[in-house]
Amino acid sequence: MKTADRAACADPILNEDWHVVADLASVPPGARFATKLLGVPLILDRAPDGTLAIHRRDDGATVVSRERYGFAWACLGEPRRDILDIPEALETDRHLVTGGSVGVAVSGLRTVENFLDMGHFPFVHTGWLGEEPHTEVEPYIVEITEADEVLATECRFFQPVASPNASGGIMVDYIYKVVRPYTVLLYKTNPLETDRKDVIVLFVQPVDEENCVAHPFLCYLRTGMEAATVRWFMQLIFGQDKPILENQYPKRLPLDPRAETPIRADASSVYYRRWLRDRNVTYGAIPARA
Amino acid sequence: MIKLYDYELSGNCYKLRLFMSMLGLEYESVPIDFYPGREHKSDWFLRINPLGQLPVIEDEGLVLRDAQAILVYLAARYDTSRQWYPVDDPRRLGEVSQWLSFADGITATASAARLHDGLFYDRDIEACRTGAHRLFRILDDHLWFGEQEGCDWIVAGDRPTIADIACFPYVILSEEGGISRQDYPAIRRWCDRVKRLPGFIVMSGVFPAGPAKAA
Repeated sequence: MKTADRAACADPILNEDWHVVADLASVPPGARFATKLLGVPLILDRAPDGTLAIHRRDDGATVVSRERYGFAWACLGEPRRDILDIPEALETDRHLVTGGSVGVAVSGLRTVENFLDMGHFPFVHTGWLGEEPHTEVEPYIVEITEADEVLATECRFFQPVASPNASGGIMVDYIYKVVRPYTVLLYKTNPLETDRKDVIVLFVQPVDEENCVAHPFLCYLRTGMEAATVRWFMQLIFGQDKPILENQYPKRLPLDPRAETPIRADASSVYYRRWLRDRNVTYGAIPARA
Repeated sequence: MIKLYDYELSGNCYKLRLFMSMLGLEYESVPIDFYPGREHKSDWFLRINPLGQLPVIEDEGLVLRDAQAILVYLAARYDTSRQWYPVDDPRRLGEVSQWLSFADGITATASAARLHDGLFYDRDIEACRTGAHRLFRILDDHLWFGEQEGCDWIVAGDRPTIADIACFPYVILSEEGGISRQDYPAIRRWCDRVKRLPGFIVMSGVFPAGPAKAA
């Protein structure tokens, strides 16, 4: 019997994919760290030489593991594809930092959806990513790409402090890309080098259906920026999202088109939910009625 | 200028940012990569605070650690009204000290639960939550009886004291540790009053008071 068959999750697309399970900075050589992935309890062990091994805590079976981008990765079954490739992570003029992994008591799909939403900026990130009266979300374009990603382009929003090195409010251009059910990227205009973009990747670990860990990975241009400042800003912003996410009800993401009433600004969310539905993602979701 | 060794998501750092805002004090924030960098345990920071804890302030050559101690210092040094730390009133001063110590208990329980749930600290989560509920029950009763006497604050009197500032952050952040305040109506009303004080500021996870309601 393959390991994936004993997982609590019935979605092959998730069981046979890689997921971040820890920031390696939190699991130094010689340390152990307990977590859960898709309902399966795991234990991470790092040998004194730093070598990583991951086992299931229920039956002791070994789980395939990797180290990449400063994170520990696990796959409960046979991985059907590689860990996400991030071309910007090869550019030498960028800070590549883990942003600080944070547990959130809500479905990871909710966390991805919230990341895609610009409408909440003035109300949740007041004075940083938005402020009244600049509350309008201008029309933007959403499509499913040939690479099977949800892509939102021409997103524009007025932000008082778009980035730690921003001086004064600017109109910011965003591109969002959902590349896997629990992985979303944001490309955001750099305030100093306006022809290039900072990249924020949110790897969301589905702990179980109603709990997740958000693992941000930040690829910021170094110009005028300290790595520690990048982390500070990410935690400031995500710390504002956390209580909002934890108060969402129901905690799983409804995929039935009749469950919630979207407005035009929610186009990316509508596409994301439909995309999940079409790919038979049920873990962390309330599936659509037949 | 006062220098604050600071971490955005720390309730104990927030209580100093909040109090300095209320006093109208300028300060310089020195961000410490508390998580995941553990900079507060680094060699250079341990020379500033051998306990490896935040917050710490530096002011006119004084290096002071411990959030409650720093509140005492800031109030005694900079509050010209002499209301926040009532040094001229021994009974109230004793009560303030009593509740500053109580705030440490809130840190040991409600804050520990939040660190467990959000940042994966290895803690006995049930013991943390049970301990926090025990303290919240005591605080709620105390505030309720105070309200019956027309008192809005933890230590009886017309004006708040640093006891309110010391207890507020990890009470208002408690839900991040799975500790609901639903059963503590007097605590909820008191939180709302704190949020309406002049100079009140938020931190990530804390939201401003809603529109004023008729009593």
